[in-house]
Amino acid sequence: MLLAGLLIAAGPHALHAPWWLIGLTLFLYAWRGLAVGNRGLLPARWMLVAIVALGMAGIWLQYRALFGRTPGMMLLVMFSGLKLLESRDQRDAAAVVFLTWFLAITSFLYSQSIPTAIGMFAAVAASIAALVSCAAPRRAPRANLRTALVLLGQAVPAALVLFLLFPRVQGPLWGLPQDAYSGITGLSDSMAPGNLSQLTLSDAIAFRVDFHGEAPRRRSLYWRGPVLWDFDGRTWRLGNPHLAELEPPTGGTRVEYSVLLEPHNRNWLFALELPASVPAQARYLDDGQIISLSPVRARISYEIASAIEAEPNPSEARPDLERTRQSLERARRLPPGFNPRARNLAESWRAASASDTEVLARAIEHFRRERLQYTTEPALLGRDSVDEFLYDTREGFCEHFSSAFVFLMRAAGVPARVVTGYQGGELNPVDGKFTVRQSDAHAWSEVFIAGRGWIRVDPTVLSVPLRLDAGLARALPAGKAMPLLMRPELEWLRGLRYNWEALTHQWNLLVLGYNPERQRELLSLLGVKGADWLELASTLLATLGAFVLGLFAWMLRGLVRPDPVQTAWNQFCRKLGAKGVTRSPYEGPRDYSERAARSLPSAGESIRRIAALYMALRYGRQAATVDVVELHRRVKDLEFG
Amino acid sequence: MLGHRRVYIVPSRLGFFFGGALAILLVGSINYALSLGFALTFLLAGMGIAAMVQTTRNLARLSVRAGRSEPVFAGDAARFRLAMANAGDFDRPEILVRHLGSGAQQTVDVAAADSAEAVLPVPAARRGWLPLGRVMLETRFPVGLFRAWSYVEPDCRCLVYPHPVASALPAPAPNAQAGGARAHAQGSDDFSGLRGYQPADSPRHVAWKSVARSDTQHARSDVMLTKQFAGDAIAELWLDLRDLPPSLGLEARLSRLSGWVLSAERTGALYGLRLPGARIEPGRGETHRAACLEALALYKAT
Repeated sequence: MLLAGLLIAAGPHALHAPWWLIGLTLFLYAWRGLAVGNRGLLPARWMLVAIVALGMAGIWLQYRALFGRTPGMMLLVMFSGLKLLESRDQRDAAAVVFLTWFLAITSFLYSQSIPTAIGMFAAVAASIAALVSCAAPRRAPRANLRTALVLLGQAVPAALVLFLLFPRVQGPLWGLPQDAYSGITGLSDSMAPGNLSQLTLSDAIAFRVDFHGEAPRRRSLYWRGPVLWDFDGRTWRLGNPHLAELEPPTGGTRVEYSVLLEPHNRNWLFALELPASVPAQARYLDDGQIISLSPVRARISYEIASAIEAEPNPSEARPDLERTRQSLERARRLPPGFNPRARNLAESWRAASASDTEVLARAIEHFRRERLQYTTEPALLGRDSVDEFLYDTREGFCEHFSSAFVFLMRAAGVPARVVTGYQGGELNPVDGKFTVRQSDAHAWSEVFIAGRGWIRVDPTVLSVPLRLDAGLARALPAGKAMPLLMRPELEWLRGLRYNWEALTHQWNLLVLGYNPERQRELLSLLGVKGADWLELASTLLATLGAFVLGLFAWMLRGLVRPDPVQTAWNQFCRKLGAKGVTRSPYEGPRDYSERAARSLPSAGESIRRIAALYMALRYGRQAATVDVVELHRRVKDLEFG
Repeated sequence: MLGHRRVYIVPSRLGFFFGGALAILLVGSINYALSLGFALTFLLAGMGIAAMVQTTRNLARLSVRAGRSEPVFAGDAARFRLAMANAGDFDRPEILVRHLGSGAQQTVDVAAADSAEAVLPVPAARRGWLPLGRVMLETRFPVGLFRAWSYVEPDCRCLVYPHPVASALPAPAPNAQAGGARAHAQGSDDFSGLRGYQPADSPRHVAWKSVARSDTQHARSDVMLTKQFAGDAIAELWLDLRDLPPSLGLEARLSRLSGWVLSAERTGALYGLRLPGARIEPGRGETHRAACLEALALYKAT
């Protein structure tokens, strides 16, 4: 039991542990498993010390640290094996059980999905069964397992009350280790050739969207994320945007929707272009980004509105403002000495055009005509990445397209910038919500046209029109790598996934998304407005107290008068009653048993004997313990042929 | 019968560690905003609450009934029997029954709708009635996080005979019938006494009852006795407190008497007991022996 619980709890860690640690831990577990019947096989103290030293040295070599999140968890995994091996008595076993719980909770740092929750519940059940076996070693293991399950079953209502009412504090309580949020995928604050295409091989969900009303067409779903301004020849980086008041765009179709955003450890919130409102906990930046006040480290949900196909808001289009002038200056800047062929091309457009609009038209025409190839496995590019993409490899991912397009526009003197985010999304027919995945990550361009403002141009779509309406899967030539579930032949698998994701969405929203804010909402629904923690705590205690009393009363029901003789007699009467011989209120034990013995002749002898015992115990002079026991046994064994 | 009302409960040492572990889990959950961490912590906390209730239940409304306890000699252990009857439809495993006076203890499991017996060997130091006194029932079932206990004081007592001290039996009193003592011709009609077993003796004459009563660890010749039969009436023995020198002290004299009763019973003689203010007519057999020993156990000097 102990071992089973540990194995389940340590399972998720195995996905993240180095191979040698997995091997070592499994070896320790197996050693313990073999030594169950034979204590002599357990290691001597010096061997344990040696294993600890080796393991710690290994972890130090691997991570260059013993503290911090990952090495700490790895130490925990190793110690679970050691403690198991070392455990000789009940207290050691309890220590292993506690370790199991720590392993379980740390595994939630990796994943809090439904399967993990089920697995950890199983681990906890096994560990509690182990605790019960320690407390009652002579009892049958089955009975102990049942006791453990009953305990857990009774724990659930209390756990629910605690979960809902325990005063929640928004963490963290102190600074987290630096690697606390490692391994979270999502867009980054820079874009170099290759990093977006890596991201798009991931099926992970970026966020889910619930449109209040009709969903816009897929081609309009541009989820705006970080806006990149500065180019160093290879990498695009964030600019220096300022906080601004959002001036709602004019025209377009207004849509309202709520977004359940997965943690990505950055500040961006994603909204459809162009945003028309800003959530309460967020701010608007003058390049059109919406950022939350703190990095999104837990799943959050927000309500937001956007205007689809709208004209940009007017203030950004006013070049007379100093700040606008500065940002336009920034949007024309290019590092010298890169991509000479692209520069020549851009300068030729400039020379042949009378206005920025005309240059833009030529560029669009160029991308349409060139028919560059779309691929998630772009070739590695050298120093002049734009040149090589446009003229040599002629294939790339959206980051290549947008990077090249912005470069060309800037080279021709037109202010332009790169916008990253997500494009599209998938309707889940089960719950009617949209799922946007990391594989929908996209990059496009914006060009500033005097008098109109920043205009979106998606150069990828210019070359590969299918990308917009059909998504990545159709846009790629056949045989190219793409996420497994995007393959068209796996239709039935997708249906399964829709159901699963609808369930997961509810799970994320209701269970994982339950936070101090939700708690306040729930309480105000229950009629408690603005409860402080003291009030919350007293409600909680009162509820738990009522629960304990109720549980106690329920468990002791029918035990008001513990008279073993009467209990046995009642059971006897019930058994006979089930056979149709019900005792009448006026019938004494003698008459009743006589009648029962006559109508159930096969058991007549036992019935008479039980009645005699009962009368002796009830009315006899001296009651003997053995007789009580015998009465119980006889009533229990009473059978009717 | 005794149903006890009050069950006390406190966390055990392990329970305090459990509380500490929960606190760590809670802080971890807050710090990393782990919703499932909260769920796990609260599930375990709920388990603790349920365990508290179940630990209490393991003792609640358990009826404790004192059983018969056989008389013992002073110096031996009185074996008190407590019958624990469980009227509930759940088992009550791992109930530690401990006698507070002596520390004697036993762990019993009481199955659902069943009863179980605990036997507490309590040292009997002095003759007379030995009351059981307070008994503590304690349990940590089901998870060992809590310790629940309860006291019962069943109304039961055990008769303690004086410690028997072996010494030579007094001479048989002259037979009350005419003719007095006659020479004993050894025959086989009337039982006259016992002597040590010799290999040539007929197995029909072995005092098997006495063998069965004695400790099996002794060598055969020590425990096997051969019945001797005499052709005539047998002697009557009077065991009298006044035959023993008062200088020994009352308790020592009673011990001698106790030893005499055992020897007399073993020889198969008819024996009577005389104490100041009490007199048991000569007789023989278990009941008679018990009556004599009880009189000795309860004798109070006037």
